[in-house]
Amino acid sequence: MSNPITKITHNKPVFEDNDPQDELITLNIGPTHPATHGVFQNVVQIDGERIVSGVSTIGYIHRAFEKIAERRPFYQITPLTDRLNYCSSPINNMGWHMTVEKLLGIEIPKRVQYMRVIVMELARIADHIICNGILGVDTGAFSGFLYVMQEREFIYEIYEEICGARLTTNIGRIGGFERDFNEITFKKIEEFLERYPPVLREFEELFVRNRIFIERTAGVAAVTPEEALEYSWSGPILRATGVDYDVRVVSPYCSYEEFDFEVPVGTNGDVYDRFMVRNAEMWQSLSIIRQALDKIKKEPAGVFHADVPEFYLPPKEQVYNNMEALIYHFKIVMGEWETPQSEVYHSVEGANGELGFYLIHDGGRTPYRLHFRRPSFINYQMFAPMSAGMLISDAIINMSSLNVIAGELDA
Amino acid sequence: MDKLTNQYIIESLSEKFGEAVQIIGEPHGLLTLSTSAEQIIEVLTYLKNSESLRFNYLTDITGVHYPNQEKEFAVVYHLHNLFRNLRVRIKVFLDGTDLTISTVTNLWKGANWMERETYDFYGIIFDGHPDLRRILNMDDLEVFPMRKEHPLEDPNRVDKKDFYFGR
Repeated sequence: MSNPITKITHNKPVFEDNDPQDELITLNIGPTHPATHGVFQNVVQIDGERIVSGVSTIGYIHRAFEKIAERRPFYQITPLTDRLNYCSSPINNMGWHMTVEKLLGIEIPKRVQYMRVIVMELARIADHIICNGILGVDTGAFSGFLYVMQEREFIYEIYEEICGARLTTNIGRIGGFERDFNEITFKKIEEFLERYPPVLREFEELFVRNRIFIERTAGVAAVTPEEALEYSWSGPILRATGVDYDVRVVSPYCSYEEFDFEVPVGTNGDVYDRFMVRNAEMWQSLSIIRQALDKIKKEPAGVFHADVPEFYLPPKEQVYNNMEALIYHFKIVMGEWETPQSEVYHSVEGANGELGFYLIHDGGRTPYRLHFRRPSFINYQMFAPMSAGMLISDAIINMSSLNVIAGELDA
Repeated sequence: MDKLTNQYIIESLSEKFGEAVQIIGEPHGLLTLSTSAEQIIEVLTYLKNSESLRFNYLTDITGVHYPNQEKEFAVVYHLHNLFRNLRVRIKVFLDGTDLTISTVTNLWKGANWMERETYDFYGIIFDGHPDLRRILNMDDLEVFPMRKEHPLEDPNRVDKKDFYFGR
């Protein structure tokens, strides 16, 4: 197979028959390998340091979420979506809530939409911090990773303030949020906007003009836009090839059309460009959060959910003291609500690509069929073919830069 | 350039394929069509390569099982025209006795794993697929687990009957 991906030709020396040097070695990278952050198995044929061919095996942490979802009322599916891309679970939660709201035709107040935008952009920053930090670790720069990790910790503290959880957040509800952002939340978001830019700038300075980093990443695993579209790539790795496809722009949700932000694109589609695109996206996310905070101030205070008593859980004090509220609480949790028979496809721009929810609903208490379009699953399938001809060390940083999250890969 | 509309897609497809492409509806603005397993490759090729349609991006392939219908299985394709930003959904209904459909890996290489996933969960055979193996489940699994005849819970439980889930 001619390999236009890597541009590195595999110059194999000619050996005599039965020369042991002529043999290829089969190497199992994974399923648990310290260099592949997650459960990934790749069986590769190597010739010295160079990969000749490889086969990916996935599914080691398959948990049958799509099957489980067929027996769960809508509220109980949100925790499943947490466990897809667990580095940015709020985006998954919001994506699922918006899918259901689209099915039910619920109008969400502007203030709630801006609150969601803040949470989703924080999640995007947290996800990119991990991906770019890990990329630094894999190229030999550990300190940058530890430095930005503190900021991710701070984002988790903001989540904690909003919903009480840190990693698998289960944040928000169908129709809005479970409670309003309190003062500490707003203060912490403001503080984050203050303290993160200098950290990010310093992180950039460590890498952007760093010769070691550039030599390890520039030109490695370069992908053309045609190939990327052929493989249905989406997210930062597609934009690194130069295609400006961003779900937030092409099919805006949550009032993203009101925000002023740029879609950063790369030119070469290599590991360096992916790093730079993610980096630039973090700056854009910061600007979006700032704009959202300003917009929230102009909206009537105290609105944190849509006025849909038949779908939105009543307040807890009422549930304990009021019969009607208790009945509604049970009906909603058990999915005893009037829902239309319909089909919905809703997608959001997840941290690593287009995260889609395809929901077929027959009017029962649970989805008839729920399919997750998982960007990691679709992005990762190019990994084995594009590794052919690469050095093992390059393949490892290529995998880091794809930002494949095992939970989302295997669903 | 005019905006690409669902109406235009319907007209140009019915001009080209006549009765072979049926309109199911437009739930939430997403045009949903159905076609037959014999026609699917031509329809998708036309949607992808035609100058006026150019649905160049394959968003997703998945399967659905409808045990109560005459044609029990459906393969669902989501396409996206990135130039003019429109999505379309194509469904192919398959008879339970012949679960074969042509592969679209020749049109989009990315279809490879999506089709493997659909095979893995529903047992739909994608004819001409380069590597049709199970992908998420273990290789020696004997059933196709997303089919509706495999209940999630212990069938002996009385509190988990279909009746209690509204169907």
